[in-house]
Amino acid sequence: MLLHDTALIYGRYARQSLRSRFALLFGVLTPLLYLLFFGPLLTGLPLGARGSSWQVLVPGLLLQLGLFGALFAGFAVIMENGQGVVERMRVTPVSRLALLLGRVLRDATVFVFQAVLLVLAALVMGLRAPLTGILIGFAFVALLTLSLASLSYALGMRVRTPQEFGPLINMVSMPSMLLSGLMLPMSLAPRWLDVLSHFVPFRYLVDAVRDAYVGRYTSPHMLYGVLVAVGFAALSVIVGTRVFRTAGA
Amino acid sequence: MAAVISAAGLARTFRTKHGPVAAVRGIDLTVAEGEILGLLGPNGAGKTTTLRMLTTLLAPTGGTAAIAGHDLASDPVGVREACGYVAQSGGVDAQITVREELVTQGRMYRLTRTRASERAEELADGLGLTGLLGRKTGTLSGGQRRRLDIAMALTHRPRVLFLDEPTIGLDPGSRADLWSLVRRLRDEHGTTVFLTTHYLDEADALCDRLVVVDRGVVAAEGTPSALKLRHGGSTDASLQDAFLAISARQTPKDAQHAAP
Repeated sequence: MLLHDTALIYGRYARQSLRSRFALLFGVLTPLLYLLFFGPLLTGLPLGARGSSWQVLVPGLLLQLGLFGALFAGFAVIMENGQGVVERMRVTPVSRLALLLGRVLRDATVFVFQAVLLVLAALVMGLRAPLTGILIGFAFVALLTLSLASLSYALGMRVRTPQEFGPLINMVSMPSMLLSGLMLPMSLAPRWLDVLSHFVPFRYLVDAVRDAYVGRYTSPHMLYGVLVAVGFAALSVIVGTRVFRTAGA
Repeated sequence: MAAVISAAGLARTFRTKHGPVAAVRGIDLTVAEGEILGLLGPNGAGKTTTLRMLTTLLAPTGGTAAIAGHDLASDPVGVREACGYVAQSGGVDAQITVREELVTQGRMYRLTRTRASERAEELADGLGLTGLLGRKTGTLSGGQRRRLDIAMALTHRPRVLFLDEPTIGLDPGSRADLWSLVRRLRDEHGTTVFLTTHYLDEADALCDRLVVVDRGVVAAEGTPSALKLRHGGSTDASLQDAFLAISARQTPKDAQHAAP
């Protein structure tokens, strides 16, 4: 039943994404601009990391894509609440977990698709990385977007208006990006900033993807990255499902 | 006749920044199979909250209720399978076609893809939506939209249909159509219909029995003519007179309980 329901909800929202192809491509624009106009600035700089500057920057841009994109997923559920769509679905026997999973799996698909476009563009710009590492990077994008979209839907179900939602998301997304070393590795940071960044979960993900891009698949960074990503995803899905079960208070 | 809906002491208190607010304080009611019941009451009386509890959308903070023998608390899935619900806002996506919404709805009730398509055709047929299956729901008129909302709720042939202010914003012709649709559902399928309304002519013309709620409790109940006789003075009194008498009578008594 869970599989059936999840596939059903996934299909509904995947068709919705296919109907707005422009939005599908638009999400990749910001990281693409960073790639084109920020990436070349790094090529000659000592980044204190293995591999080329592209192997440092592209993992960061992939997670930035997830961070800024998936965190805003909840906007859609605010619109749907206004139309009564969520309530109408909640009156049917459809699984509550599926109501969330169908949506977030669609989001993960969209962001992995955008991540593929971004990596293709990066290859043209000069990125060279092992295929396995690139695939591992996509897996992290999928896990991250699954987690963030779950939390974003949970928030969207709670706050009810875009005016409350937007500022809350911005309050989370900007510091998260800066404190996790998405743009430049935290190994360049002074001690206090490096310590602070370890309290931001995305730090572990970006370190892991950077290791993957230089072929280090068994490093401690990779282990911590996987643990944090999987744990964060599990926690987020539990929170999100709880909200779909009890929403309306 | 057997009761298809029964509620005892059903209550819901919301926690707000300004302390607890008791939206529903303890509703007792029973509805017989095949009955058309109207739930009346002033704004904020707790009508929608009651409906949302009976349809499993909102957990009660007190009391019990059962729909078609399924207990609200212990068997919510059984309740969902037995009832259909049309909210005030409807609940279809404006960008999606009528057919796709109906088919997806059928599949949420676990019909196979083929069966869901057939059911969509049947419902469109029965509710005058046949020519509209390919249209996006956002392009429908108010009356067409309402019929689609009801079609969505009838997908699984529920024994009980809950309608929250079903004719709000409809023109007189569409209202009359909706009334005859409700009567037809009851006459042909034995469906029990539980609706809320602010239109007293609607309550008078359509409902077998009325329950008037005020400040979260049942203030009066009976057939439209019994309410007119009891609270309006005679069966020739208007339901408006009876309704106002009931609401006014409630005010002093309940004011004492109003403070949280």
